[in-house]
Amino acid sequence: MSLKVAIEKRLGSFLLDVAFDAPTPGIVALFGPSGCGKSTTINIIAGLLVPDHGEISLGEDVLLDTRRKIAIAAERRGIGYVFQDARLFPHLNVASNLRYAQRRARRAPYVSLERVLAMLDLEPLLSRRVHRLSGGERQRVALGRALLSQPRLLLLDEPLAALDRDRREEVLPYLETLRDQLSIPMIYVSHQFDEVLRLATHIVLMQAGKVAAEGGITQMSLDPKLRALIGPDAVGAVIDGTVIGEDAASGLTRVRVGNGELKIEAARLVAGARMRVQLLARDVIVATRMPHYLSVRNSLPGVVTAIDDDGTGKAGDLGSDLVSIDIGAGASILARVTRAATRELGLAVGAGVWALVKAVSLRGHSFPAPGSPAAPSPVRSAAT
Amino acid sequence: MIAPTHQEVAALELSLSVAWRSVVFSLPPAIVVAWVLTRRRFVGKTLLDAVVHLPLVLPPVAVGYVLLLLFGTRGPIGGWLDRSFGIVLIFTRNGAALATAVMSFPLMVRAIRISLENIDRGLEDAARTLGAAPLDRFMSVTLPLMLPGLLAGAITAFSAALGEFGAVITFVSNIPGETQTLPLALYSALQEPGGEHAAARLAVMSVVLGLGGLLLSEWFARRVRWMLGR
Repeated sequence: MSLKVAIEKRLGSFLLDVAFDAPTPGIVALFGPSGCGKSTTINIIAGLLVPDHGEISLGEDVLLDTRRKIAIAAERRGIGYVFQDARLFPHLNVASNLRYAQRRARRAPYVSLERVLAMLDLEPLLSRRVHRLSGGERQRVALGRALLSQPRLLLLDEPLAALDRDRREEVLPYLETLRDQLSIPMIYVSHQFDEVLRLATHIVLMQAGKVAAEGGITQMSLDPKLRALIGPDAVGAVIDGTVIGEDAASGLTRVRVGNGELKIEAARLVAGARMRVQLLARDVIVATRMPHYLSVRNSLPGVVTAIDDDGTGKAGDLGSDLVSIDIGAGASILARVTRAATRELGLAVGAGVWALVKAVSLRGHSFPAPGSPAAPSPVRSAAT
Repeated sequence: MIAPTHQEVAALELSLSVAWRSVVFSLPPAIVVAWVLTRRRFVGKTLLDAVVHLPLVLPPVAVGYVLLLLFGTRGPIGGWLDRSFGIVLIFTRNGAALATAVMSFPLMVRAIRISLENIDRGLEDAARTLGAAPLDRFMSVTLPLMLPGLLAGAITAFSAALGEFGAVITFVSNIPGETQTLPLALYSALQEPGGEHAAARLAVMSVVLGLGGLLLSEWFARRVRWMLGR
């Protein structure tokens, strides 16, 4: 079952013209700056807004086709929606909010109330009145309510945007749990790259009402358009690795990436588990020879495939370059190197190099292998 | 001297019964009109708005006269009601309820409209995504959230109905036991020589009734606000 979207809507001088196919199951991130049309897009998918032209289909079902004059009402689409502001009903308590969705579910239940309560830790909140909930609790209830309507697709519109940092950290693991335990496809709207990194399997990058680029997260992390959007300090390759085991001497987790190996601080991971690692370009050091006498735990051999300006716009030696390094097995990483260093090291496309990364600067996120929704419980990010 | 006479008690009971009926019968149409005026766009909306508010700006006697023309036994609506159902409104307590309902209708519509405008439409959208069809959405989300406005509107209308004079006396006259409500009885007492004591008793009843209504509405409003977590 896949979601196909091709829609067009004019809103004043803004033109939304979006087309993408979302692979399911998994989390597709609609990522882009504020005002680029992300929320409008999912409102159209949900049926809360009607586009001027377009088609939307979910698996075999056509939800919208303006040419054939098909437009299924929002309440009959079977699409769950978690709003940024939760939108819990203030005249009902938590249990009644959940029951509201349960009673109106139009499909055979695939997730039970007990399971939802357990996954989201909602049991203690059941008798609570809505205005007595914290922001994070509200979003958990909103998630539970949306799931109990037994949706075929779950839309999440920046569900963490209204929360402070600590609350976000409190809710994120629940979202990871849902992703790993349910095979329900989700579209996650966000302008926070770290959320996308932790949750998404696929990114649709939106800019000014259009899809600027889309693809898997590893591939997209190298995309110049995405780099321009998230800023030089957040730029970094995301690579999928496989856990080899624990390094007996250091206690670090050994993860195979490309033709090399990284040692990462991460807890509770079994050998063979998939792990997603982000290597920020600013944390990667480039050496032209195998280094010795360094405290750095991780060195990956590779070949320079491209040297680009890093986009900070600084001229001459004040600026820096973004060096793309192929580390084998189809994986690439990025390193930010000052222009002076590029010259002195004689870095050029085709040069063999070593990429060095401190173990503590790595962030690993457990991640289910594609097509296997059942995965071990999520692991919180390692030392940052 | 203190104890009210049989006729005065009858006036009190009649007032309550007329006010109660006028509220019960005008509430559903007031909800519909308020909803239409808030949520719909159509040709003639301004006209509908003006017609609804007309009783506020017309002399009540004029409203009573218009009712007499329309609902009198020879009027277009009154005649039809009489022939088809045997319902006579003129000179009856049902007619008094109709007159007070028409007079207090704009107050009710205004209160309900304000509460409707304050409802977060996003909550109705949320209900939609949870599978609630339009009528279900209205009953399960919109109506409960309108409750403070409904109560405020109903209590204001009830109080106004208790005090309505001009439209009632013009439309259904001043018949003791049938259409003589408190204000009408008070007026009659003042017209009779030596009716001061009766007038004073009726005035006190009006004050107690009005004050009770206000206190009750305040208590209700607080309870509802608490229920909605505001």
